[in-house]
Amino acid sequence: MAEHTPPPAPDLGAALASASCPVPVPSAGETILMAHGGGGRLTQRLIESIFLPGFDNPALRELHDGAILEAGGVRLAFSTDSFVIHPLFFPGGDIGSLAVNGTVNDLAMCGAQPLALSAGLILEEGLPIADLARIVASMQRAAAGAGVSIVTGDTKVVDRGKGDGVFVNVTGVGIVPPGIVISPRRAAPGDVVLVSGEIAVHGIAIMSLREGLRFETTLESDTAALNGLVKDLLAAAGDAVHVLRDPTRGGVASTLHEIATQAGVGIRIEEARLPIGEEVRGACEILGLDPLYVANEGKCLVIVAREAANEALALLKAHPLGRSAAAIGEVLAEPRGTVLLKSRIGGQRIVDLLTGEQLPRIC
Amino acid sequence: MKFVDEYRREADAQAFVRAIRAKVTRPWTLMEICGGQTHTLMRSGIDRMLPPEITLVHGPGCPVCVTPLTQIDRALAIAQRRNVIFTSFGDMLRVPGSRTDLLTVKAKGGDVRMVYSPLDAVTLARQNPEKDVVFFAVGFETTAPANAMAVKRARQLGLPNFSVLASHVLVPPAMEAILSSPANRVQGFLLAGHVCTIMGWTEYEPLGVKYRIPMVVTGFEPLDLLQGIFMAVDALENGRHGVENQYVRTVSRDGNRVARAVVNEVFEPCDRAWRGIGVIPQSGYRLRPEYAPFDATLRFDVGAITTEEPKECIAGEIMQGLKRPNECSAFGTRCTPEHPLGAPMVSSEGACAAYWLYAKA
Repeated sequence: MAEHTPPPAPDLGAALASASCPVPVPSAGETILMAHGGGGRLTQRLIESIFLPGFDNPALRELHDGAILEAGGVRLAFSTDSFVIHPLFFPGGDIGSLAVNGTVNDLAMCGAQPLALSAGLILEEGLPIADLARIVASMQRAAAGAGVSIVTGDTKVVDRGKGDGVFVNVTGVGIVPPGIVISPRRAAPGDVVLVSGEIAVHGIAIMSLREGLRFETTLESDTAALNGLVKDLLAAAGDAVHVLRDPTRGGVASTLHEIATQAGVGIRIEEARLPIGEEVRGACEILGLDPLYVANEGKCLVIVAREAANEALALLKAHPLGRSAAAIGEVLAEPRGTVLLKSRIGGQRIVDLLTGEQLPRIC
Repeated sequence: MKFVDEYRREADAQAFVRAIRAKVTRPWTLMEICGGQTHTLMRSGIDRMLPPEITLVHGPGCPVCVTPLTQIDRALAIAQRRNVIFTSFGDMLRVPGSRTDLLTVKAKGGDVRMVYSPLDAVTLARQNPEKDVVFFAVGFETTAPANAMAVKRARQLGLPNFSVLASHVLVPPAMEAILSSPANRVQGFLLAGHVCTIMGWTEYEPLGVKYRIPMVVTGFEPLDLLQGIFMAVDALENGRHGVENQYVRTVSRDGNRVARAVVNEVFEPCDRAWRGIGVIPQSGYRLRPEYAPFDATLRFDVGAITTEEPKECIAGEIMQGLKRPNECSAFGTRCTPEHPLGAPMVSSEGACAAYWLYAKA
């Protein structure tokens, strides 16, 4: 397979400026809000105004789920992710499995197979040792499931009240197979957008446990390692796979918006084609939430060349984690940096980034 | 999904659009009362499917948007107190006061919590007897029964540490304010289906007679709105006025009597200031004197409140149907969801938020 030349990096500043208003100068009194971690517009602002200027370098400027580094003729994917979640244990998983799967998936979204992981644990005074042991066992199970080992780690303890039980960081390196170039910038007009399964499951499962929102559901988090599914996909469809992204925080809408902005393309999806389970739809209708913005784990978006789309979809459906996969839309030349949605009744609207977390409505 | 998909079928929607086109012979301006309806219209793209003769203007039915700045500043002052757990519907958290908002108060250490039901706030009061738990009771007639129930429940339980900051508003007086204005351009109303579920529609009948205007009780799904628009256009084209009911699966003429009884027991009508509009006589609810111990306004002395309303914000004109969000000079530039000048830009029922989210391209 021919080695791909990565496309030239477009002028990020211009792209971002055209996507939103000019970066505000942070004023002395501004503080961090929860929405800065929500994956929406405020998160993007933080990246643009603090992290990009602060750390500026070519690998970072790609703004992918992980950085791609060349070393000794091998392309390494390098990614880190920290996990703060309440409750620590939830139906379908816990903070440990979530952290391992999250970083394995960030590597997989670079087209890489994981080589090794590290674990950084920040423990709060008073945490039951049994809880820690349960989390560690869960991390090991998740790592073994993904075929990778946790080879180094670190532990710190903070005073009671200064942490939320456990915070977990998992960092990983992986190897990108030759011939594979996965980048949000490769989304090209004509490409087809696939999603590997039902969306919004994780976010709704977690929300059902939150104070003030508790509702009964049989939903479980869909946290899972996607490296096996990605491996099958790349082995068969290879270079036709242009973009892989896991739509975690901010959901499918925010992730597609980022891709459209970075690639300078439009993306059009169809509401009626989105795979959404009945229970998730019901919860979203009642709470007034748009499932497009609800977090996912264990799901990925695949943007694939049109001629390979049917084959890629069949491959996804053949994998246990991709049974409900669906083609949900396509990449357009225009309008650049914009996501459009054809509504169920045949109307059209734009799908924008949210400023922060979605908040349930009044009535 | 049952009871949802039936109201979102593309073929039926197209049939209604064709029927509206066939019916309309001249320009009509309709107002949907409720912000939830505004959002359905924009989210489904109905605004762009309608024939050009029909202009939709967006009504005052966004409780968060019409809550006056003094009341929001009072809420913020209470929420900043050390011994207070301040509870609110999620919608209210981002709404800007004169100088800050509830999410920022939370970021600076205030105990601000989102609840989905006012009864959850009562539970919090039981669980935290050493704290004062305050619930920000905003909303139209729709949320009044649940909020009234919370106060009743707190009294039954004898909770001394629960109170509500009541800022309830009522639809009919606001409609009368719009209709009696010389600048009014609204020729037909889509009434808020949820409000009528509680209240029925008898209180709208005098308005229909006095202003000779058609009003259609309308639901919130795309097909509800298309049918409501069709019924309003049909009434206008044929010279009918008065109330008609599209939302037959939920609304009856007398509404929900049990809910209305609870509301009457706890609340009484009062004059109320509407943000951007001004004081409208008998347009709100306050707690009856026998429930005064649960009135946060009486419990917390926050001193004199001086408000600063951004001069450029035209929220009042938008909510009276005089202007649309994209006719505002600050829309999308000096006013965005991150840096809102007014509440309609951040409420999930706000008209400006709907334009920003679904139609700014």
